[in-house]
Amino acid sequence: MSVAATAQRASSWVAASSLAQRIGSIALLIAVWQVAADAINSRLLPSASSVFVVLEQECVHGPLLFNLGITLARVAAAFVAAMVVGTAIGIVMGRSRTIDALFDSWLVLLLNLPALVIIVLAYVWFGLTEAAAIGAVAVNKIPNTAVTLREGARALDRSYSDMAASFDVSRWRTLRHVIMPQLYPYVFAAARSGLALVWKIVLIVELLGRSNGVGFEIQLYFQQFDVTRILAYSISFMVVIQLIEWALFQPLERRASAWRR
Amino acid sequence: MGALSAAGAARFGVASVTPALIAEIRAKRYARARGAKSHLALAGLSLQVAPGEFVTLVGPSGCGKTTFLNIVAGLDRDFDGGIHLAPHPAGRPARVGYVFQEPRLLPWRTVHENIALVLPPDRAATVINDMLTAVGLSRAQDLYPRQLSVGMSRRVAIARAFAIEPDLLLMDEPFVSLDHDTVEELRDLLLKLWHARPTTVLFVTHDMREALVLADRLVLLSGAPGRVLADVPVSLARNRRHSGADIELLRDEILRRHRELIGAAAAAPPVE
Repeated sequence: MSVAATAQRASSWVAASSLAQRIGSIALLIAVWQVAADAINSRLLPSASSVFVVLEQECVHGPLLFNLGITLARVAAAFVAAMVVGTAIGIVMGRSRTIDALFDSWLVLLLNLPALVIIVLAYVWFGLTEAAAIGAVAVNKIPNTAVTLREGARALDRSYSDMAASFDVSRWRTLRHVIMPQLYPYVFAAARSGLALVWKIVLIVELLGRSNGVGFEIQLYFQQFDVTRILAYSISFMVVIQLIEWALFQPLERRASAWRR
Repeated sequence: MGALSAAGAARFGVASVTPALIAEIRAKRYARARGAKSHLALAGLSLQVAPGEFVTLVGPSGCGKTTFLNIVAGLDRDFDGGIHLAPHPAGRPARVGYVFQEPRLLPWRTVHENIALVLPPDRAATVINDMLTAVGLSRAQDLYPRQLSVGMSRRVAIARAFAIEPDLLLMDEPFVSLDHDTVEELRDLLLKLWHARPTTVLFVTHDMREALVLADRLVLLSGAPGRVLADVPVSLARNRRHSGADIELLRDEILRRHRELIGAAAAAPPVE
């Protein structure tokens, strides 16, 4: 008991010190930025302090929160679509050799298709619509999710499925209790890289064919060479994405892997 | 495959009671890599088991015992022959419980959840409580399998198989690679459970002493391809099987009586 308590205290101490390290590292980055900006003294590299002042103003008085919300909604929709479709494709391809042989080249092709091409084609074929925008982002992520989940499906332990089959466990229960828990590590890997990829592509989609959202705003400030506002928008968005990772993904992953400890 | 017809079943003759299991495997082959000849795992393995009977299959390793159990369990349908399980008296299809060589508990589910997986949700809680009490693990409900000792995991696997009230219980060397005391303990537990919850048992082992301690009847199998060499009822009263000496005598007698058969069939590894 006391050993466990000691271990727990030690691990929370480690967590606290790694948090302190992280904060220190970010503080260092901001300091370097501030010094560099002061030294160069140009409109093209605004100082950290001026960016944070603008960030606050835009949050309170400007449309930043509105645009952030719009962009996040697009990220969420594209992310969910890509995860669901990609996971389904990956599982099917991992389980069936025939289907895998049939569609593997399609996957490779799609993996190598530049995001920009997919976006442009989506807009050309389906118009400058919300569905085309979200669909294009999802299509960029689907092959990546499918490949990851295909690995997971190939690594499934047959002995557990046999156990379930011999006890006549229903298909749904087998999927939920036997198959999916084996795939969670792959789902989380795909989700993490997925979030990073999706939010970057969403900005491009907005820049090319939407009239609101963070990507649209950045394009606007690019035309005005307003680097301060570009940075303010980017920083707010990066913070939100990190928060999602930290407050949503990490606890979920901890829960799914609780049995390992 | 295809289940044996009633006529096919009758061909076996004996039947004053309907057997719980009729298995007739003419051949089971495993495909090998391209070009190589397929491997014949079972050839002419016919077996009948009466309801409530405890039958052990004894044979050298690699003789296809696990293959046979998987066929009976319905996991392997690619064979030449037929399996007939008598339906439950109430009319529903027979339920099969399987205790594998390894416990095969889902590591990401607790002991309770592992057993709940094979039960209808409405009855699960009561049944699980009863079963875990019966195997002496009522306090381990919320543990994950990796927190259990080897012996405890086997108990859970046995509890899971009995929980479904199986009409046929398959056991594939469930006590292999355990220390001597644990094996004794688990065997006693198995017999206790079986007396309290009678069912038909097909138990596979390569250890004839174990077979003699447990079974009503021994079926000796040849080395690969597996077929039945001899069918030996165990007449020794169950209350006398605790004595090693009696078991040893019986084992010697069987080995002597069937030496030719066993010797001829298993060129390499003799039945222990």
